Amino acid sequence: MTLRQVLTFPVRAVLGRHATQSLADTLFRAFTVACAAAVCLLMLAIVLELIRNSELSIRTFGFSFLWTDAWNPVTKQFGAASSIYGTLVSTAIALLVAVPMGLAIALFLVELAPAWLSRYVGYALELLAAIPSIIYGMWGLFVVAPYLADHVQPALQATLGWIPLFDGPPMGIGMLTAGLILALMALPFIATVMRDVFTMVPTVLKEAAYGMGSTTLEVTSRVTIPFSIQGLVGAVFLGLARAIGETMAVTFVIGNAHNIEASLFMPGNSIASTLANEFTEASDPLYLSALVELGLALFAITFIIQMIAQVWLARLKRRAGGRQ
Amino acid sequence: MRPRSKFTRIWADRAVKGISGLAVLAGLALLAWILYTVLVRGAAALHWDFFTQLPAPPGGSGGGLGNAMLGTVYLTLLAAAMGVPVGIFAGVYLSEYGHSSRFGHVTRFMVNTMMGIPSIIAGLFVYTILVVTVGHFSGYAGAVALALLILPIVARTTEDMLNLVPVALRESALALGVPRWKVTLGIVFRAARNGLVSGVLLAVARVSGETAPLLFTALNSPYWPRTLSEPTANLTVTIFNYAMSPYDNWQNAAWGASFLITVAVLLTTVVVRVALLKGRSR
Repeated sequence: MTLRQVLTFPVRAVLGRHATQSLADTLFRAFTVACAAAVCLLMLAIVLELIRNSELSIRTFGFSFLWTDAWNPVTKQFGAASSIYGTLVSTAIALLVAVPMGLAIALFLVELAPAWLSRYVGYALELLAAIPSIIYGMWGLFVVAPYLADHVQPALQATLGWIPLFDGPPMGIGMLTAGLILALMALPFIATVMRDVFTMVPTVLKEAAYGMGSTTLEVTSRVTIPFSIQGLVGAVFLGLARAIGETMAVTFVIGNAHNIEASLFMPGNSIASTLANEFTEASDPLYLSALVELGLALFAITFIIQMIAQVWLARLKRRAGGRQ
Repeated sequence: MRPRSKFTRIWADRAVKGISGLAVLAGLALLAWILYTVLVRGAAALHWDFFTQLPAPPGGSGGGLGNAMLGTVYLTLLAAAMGVPVGIFAGVYLSEYGHSSRFGHVTRFMVNTMMGIPSIIAGLFVYTILVVTVGHFSGYAGAVALALLILPIVARTTEDMLNLVPVALRESALALGVPRWKVTLGIVFRAARNGLVSGVLLAVARVSGETAPLLFTALNSPYWPRTLSEPTANLTVTIFNYAMSPYDNWQNAAWGASFLITVAVLLTTVVVRVALLKGRSR
């Protein structure tokens, strides 16, 4: 058959109206299944490609890659310890700041603010979430880091300098700055999810507590938070997932030194920042392979976090009795 | 429970309310600080040549980022052309067919997980399949990396938006003998149109500001993008390179580029919110 014959083939006349409709339905369904399968296959391909390309490094260094603190492209010694440490510490700082702040903002939006104000603050949070990470990086490098170096870090050192964490040269660039920028980036996600979780608490429960003479603080700490604790944990997971793989903002301000330092003022590196900085410069196969293995480690960490978060949220939804 | 004095209770309550209000003010102040910095420093770098010229050499003056703007538009559009259709139909599958099937659950899990993959990993993956094999960086690789980020967001929002369409609407159409595909495309899509369009626009706006996936795929280039089969200029990687450089004129150009990206992304977000979602929360 020529193309013309194929295109003008009277499918409907041969198969009848219902058959063509069901053929069209089958094709449509098959197409949507193919698209869904594409997502699954892509995820599989990502895992396989990362493993395949880090094979050289995995063979050379074995599992000790994960806890070796050496990163020397010249002597070809690579270990992920300082990158993993930097990733975890900067994320921990981010959560320590963003979780209480997100909780306070959610409390304000749900319990204290009038509806209109709550809506506008919600929009502002949405804008904060929409700002591209490289803008946070620019702002962090040129505005926040000098500010911290001039005002905040000397003050911290003067008051808390006896703790090794806050002792060191106030350079502005370093783990603390990276953590604070990450906190601001994770904040809108944490705050909005916590707000949504708070609004799901049945009003009667809160009214009952208020009716017995409770203050807002007591209603929040004894009714709202216990009722929504699982959702709050879910919000923390979302913030964690957002912060842990963040690349550009961290790359600008973390300092990119392959060291593990007690002081938060010292420069460090995270997995993502190391990839961003060194990948295009790596010419040696082992160097490239080590970098891909770093990426694999980051992928594994985020995958596990996602898995825990989703199982957690699914359990929560079942308990809430919603759809799915 | 240990009884506490009325005084402690009331003051503890006021303190928490105060802290809560301060947290909101701090958040708003930081947002204002970022926007102020980007708008003021960025606006100073903007002039007509900035939009039409090629970059100036380091330390020089004049010049612009016309090539990077064009490149970012190309990359984003191509990424949207690849990622959006697949995402939409994956979302259709999740909402219309795979609502509670096993494959549906697996796909939903994968979509959510894929949304949480750090964007730099998308770049790494595309590097291994499209840069190593071809032997050089290319705009196509950059677009594919961005498409990988668009895909799960669009799939997820499509599913959510289609789920909002009442089941009764589908059932009445099916009862009239309308085939399933027509019900989906002609009726369910129409009912969810605003949601779908806003989901796509927000996803595209978000990836247009992404840098990490382009670092080792599209790379960057000082020339006009003639073909996407070679390293392609783009705004975000330019910001990264220029900001890290010691030259004043490059740092200024980075601020100008930041201005453009921020305004474009935030404007899209606001327009979508105001025009399409009409103040619906989330």
